[in-house]
Amino acid sequence: MTTVRAPGVWKRSANLRIGFLYLLPSIILFAVFLFYPMIRTIYLSFFLTDQNGNAAVSVGFENYSYLLTSPAFLNSMKATGLFVLYTVPVGIILALFFALLANEKLKGIGFFRTMYSSTMGISVAASSVIWLFLFHPSVGVFNRILLVLDFPQIQWLLDPEWALVSIAISTIWMNTGFSFLILLGGLQNIDEHLYESSRIDGAGYFYRLRRITIPMLSPTLFFIITISLINAFQTFGQIDILTKGGPSQSTNLIVYSIYREAFINYQFGTASAQAVILFIIILVVTLLQFKLVERKVHYQ
Amino acid sequence: MRDSTLKKVWIYFLLTVTSFLVFFPVLYAFMISFMSGSEILQGRFFPEAFNFDNYAKVFDRLPLFKYLLNSFVVSLTVMVGQLAVCSLAAYAFVFIPFKGRDLVFFLFISTMMIPWEATMIPNFFTIQKLDWLNTYQGMSLPFFALAFGTFLLRQHFKTIPKELQEASQIAGLSRFAFFWKVILPVSKTSLVTLGAYGFLTTWNMYLWPLLITTNSSVRTVQIGLKQLQSQEISTDWGVVMAGVIVVIIPTLLLLFIGQKQLQKGLSQGALK
Amino acid sequence: MKKVELIDVSKSYDKQVDVISNIDVTIEPGEFFVLVGPSGCGKSTMLRMIAGLEEITGGIIEIGGKRANHLSPDKRDLSMVFQNYALYPHLTVQQNITFGLDVKKVKKAVQAERANEVAEMLGLTGYLKRKPRELSGGQRQRVALARAIVSEAPICLMDEPLSNLDAKLRAHMRMEIRRIQRKLGITMIYVTHDQVEAMTMGDRIMILHEGKIQQVGKPIDIYNYPANPFVATFIGSPPMNICPARAEPTKSGVFVEDTIHVPLNEEQLVASSARSLLAGIRPEHIKPLVSGTESGNRIQVVVTNVEILGNETVFSFQIGQREWMAKWSGQWDIAIGDHVPILLSSEYFCVFDEETGELIRKPEGLEHLSIAKEVIL
Ligand SMILES: Nc1ncnc2c1ncn2[C@@H]1O[C@H](COP(=O)(O)OP(=O)(O)OP(=O)(O)O)[C@@H](O)[C@H]1O
Ligand SMILES: [Mg+2]
Repeated sequence: MTTVRAPGVWKRSANLRIGFLYLLPSIILFAVFLFYPMIRTIYLSFFLTDQNGNAAVSVGFENYSYLLTSPAFLNSMKATGLFVLYTVPVGIILALFFALLANEKLKGIGFFRTMYSSTMGISVAASSVIWLFLFHPSVGVFNRILLVLDFPQIQWLLDPEWALVSIAISTIWMNTGFSFLILLGGLQNIDEHLYESSRIDGAGYFYRLRRITIPMLSPTLFFIITISLINAFQTFGQIDILTKGGPSQSTNLIVYSIYREAFINYQFGTASAQAVILFIIILVVTLLQFKLVERKVHYQ
Repeated sequence: MRDSTLKKVWIYFLLTVTSFLVFFPVLYAFMISFMSGSEILQGRFFPEAFNFDNYAKVFDRLPLFKYLLNSFVVSLTVMVGQLAVCSLAAYAFVFIPFKGRDLVFFLFISTMMIPWEATMIPNFFTIQKLDWLNTYQGMSLPFFALAFGTFLLRQHFKTIPKELQEASQIAGLSRFAFFWKVILPVSKTSLVTLGAYGFLTTWNMYLWPLLITTNSSVRTVQIGLKQLQSQEISTDWGVVMAGVIVVIIPTLLLLFIGQKQLQKGLSQGALK
Repeated sequence: MKKVELIDVSKSYDKQVDVISNIDVTIEPGEFFVLVGPSGCGKSTMLRMIAGLEEITGGIIEIGGKRANHLSPDKRDLSMVFQNYALYPHLTVQQNITFGLDVKKVKKAVQAERANEVAEMLGLTGYLKRKPRELSGGQRQRVALARAIVSEAPICLMDEPLSNLDAKLRAHMRMEIRRIQRKLGITMIYVTHDQVEAMTMGDRIMILHEGKIQQVGKPIDIYNYPANPFVATFIGSPPMNICPARAEPTKSGVFVEDTIHVPLNEEQLVASSARSLLAGIRPEHIKPLVSGTESGNRIQVVVTNVEILGNETVFSFQIGQREWMAKWSGQWDIAIGDHVPILLSSEYFCVFDEETGELIRKPEGLEHLSIAKEVIL
């Protein structure tokens, strides 16, 4: 066999070098603004820190044990859990309902689609300010309606019983736009022929919904469930504007708690420990989702 | 025949009622923005007249022009930065085969599992050490790399036939020229999607600007809203709502124009 | 116009199994060379190695007498047409055609002139301003062709360029491509899995199977004298009937399915002794038995299937364990179950060595019709 002079290592690794060149901006940015700070957060969570966030005294797992016995933090975890429970299922079902309605081929449907998706274009800050007004004890719409209907007035944002629910309601509204857009996209990706053949078989609307639409939509549903879960754990803006964690800590969700601990109390060590816990929760949630997706979801 | 008309009427009814409910808060805020304090107290829905007093006031009370400009600059910078960084990475993942590429891709995907809030404390100090507090680069640079964006573009690049690359190779096009002259123009639609998404999310960003702006030099409109709302004890709701409307108009417009595109593009990125 | 030479070329993707092995062939300047073989045999791989799109793992490629192993595709001075055409969807037809010229910094005026010239040649003049998605499949194919021609490269590679077209258009484009190649005198290397394309277009064809050359030669020679049973069954439709044969040195010949006798000469007898053999005959060489006078093996067969194609009739029947096929010209009134007497003239039989595939006995007495002899002028 004729021997071919093999090109040198330099030449053979050309693709590797060029590939990394293209990936370099991403890699540097991820390293500086994601991997390094994540590691640093984990590191700081084992320390007491000074005002400038430098590690001062190593305390081992004390930050964690302190948190896990602190009623304030446990309360914050409980509120976060409840908040997720309030917002995710209702939000998704509502968005799915809107998406199914908006998926009908009717005249003027584009207008309705725009309406449903509109909340995606409204920032958390703007939404929160609007809802602050809607929840207003005297001039707000909700209490006016209650007044007209002769029900007792509710202190939406000031009553510890109601504050979390109120935040949940406003959050569901804020998130419908995005969920709706994704779900509508998923619905429109379903092959029209599937419906046609089932119509020939004489299947009714709800049968089609159960046997075709939902299974075919399952990848999209899982995607939006994952995103909604993560978003719910990351809630911050509406808390800061609507309740500032109150009344009596009832809406002190985890990210808000981290923010306060770090940038108001300057306790960067315990704040970092909370951040690590948040990271672990989200990691577990996404991994669980991926596991479920692999098993359950129906891909074409 | 009658059956289907009935169904249509029913669907239109549901559509109208629910979409009105969804849009009601915005509509109401719009109406309030034209009302005086006493009108608001009366609890009316329509203002007596559409006068722009509140709008004039809000620009008086806040450097709102400055904030709007800042928001535009930051959002556009992040948008362009994301497009550049993500498209380069996605290009490498699709068109440059090298050993260990899948591993690097997995690393990229895994970044999606790190919530940004878990890293904000060290990030804040990084920006502080760089002396980038109250700067545009401090506001935008941390958001240039985006796993979701890379993923979205990679999905689209993968649908481009490999033969296109081979044909350009034979024509003598360099790698970067192929990226610039063929891949980017061919992927216009997903670039638009990602661009709109990046602009929208940056415009609406709240926590980061809250942390790293301490004066009005680069402060964005979202923080402006917070200021507006907490500035006064007895809030002048008409003025606040005028501020809200000014802030949401750019993104609402963007959404109304790009709704169809965004919906198609994002759901493509959502699935494999 | 340039020569392309492959010397002991091989290729493996995983450094273990060769998908292409020991290819030795010289493609002459101005030749229309067709690469044909079943799916997955390595045709595209070979073409892409010539184009420089795929690394060569062994051997030498020479283009125009110069070694080209590590030359990048654009330095090889060739053009290529892809199966899916690979048109740039965001560019107009005109821009697609001139894309390569633009890369090479040819002047705009020259670009336009050459594009117009080529567009005229291919009947694309009316479509220059359109985008590829506004064209039919056939028109896209022409644009791809135009793009290759406009580069004026001396070598053109085509990878199944016609397989996405319908039968009629394909027949038309076959002639068109051939005509253009002759006119421009370029060296063409053309990949197809369609044996009709191979037979009708190629000056020479090369048959590839599992990465190895089976035979290289003029189409008609390959048809008449297939080098091995694979070639014999791959070229020709319906395929050659192949079945086991047994050497009988005492009867100076072989017996096919124990009944049909095929005589061999001395040399062939030596080559076939103590080997297991295969014998083959083309369907059109199985003749109807019309009178009692013809010499050869006469047998009665039972028809198991019939296809009447207007100008010819193909029917199958069983001999031994195997299904055979015969092709007679004209329309024959045959039904399934009919008993048909046929003539198997032993001169038409090929005999192969089963293990090596080597052709031991060439068929004889093949008709070569020539105008000068057959037609009254
Ligand atoms: N990138 C690759 N990596 C590994 N194996 C490959 C690769 N490309 C092709 N092969 C293998 O090489 C062999 C030859 O492939 P090739 O594409 O050349 O076939 P082909 O003759 O062109 O077939 P077809 O007529 O179907 O196009 C096949 O067995 C294929 O599986
Ligand atoms: Mg092929």
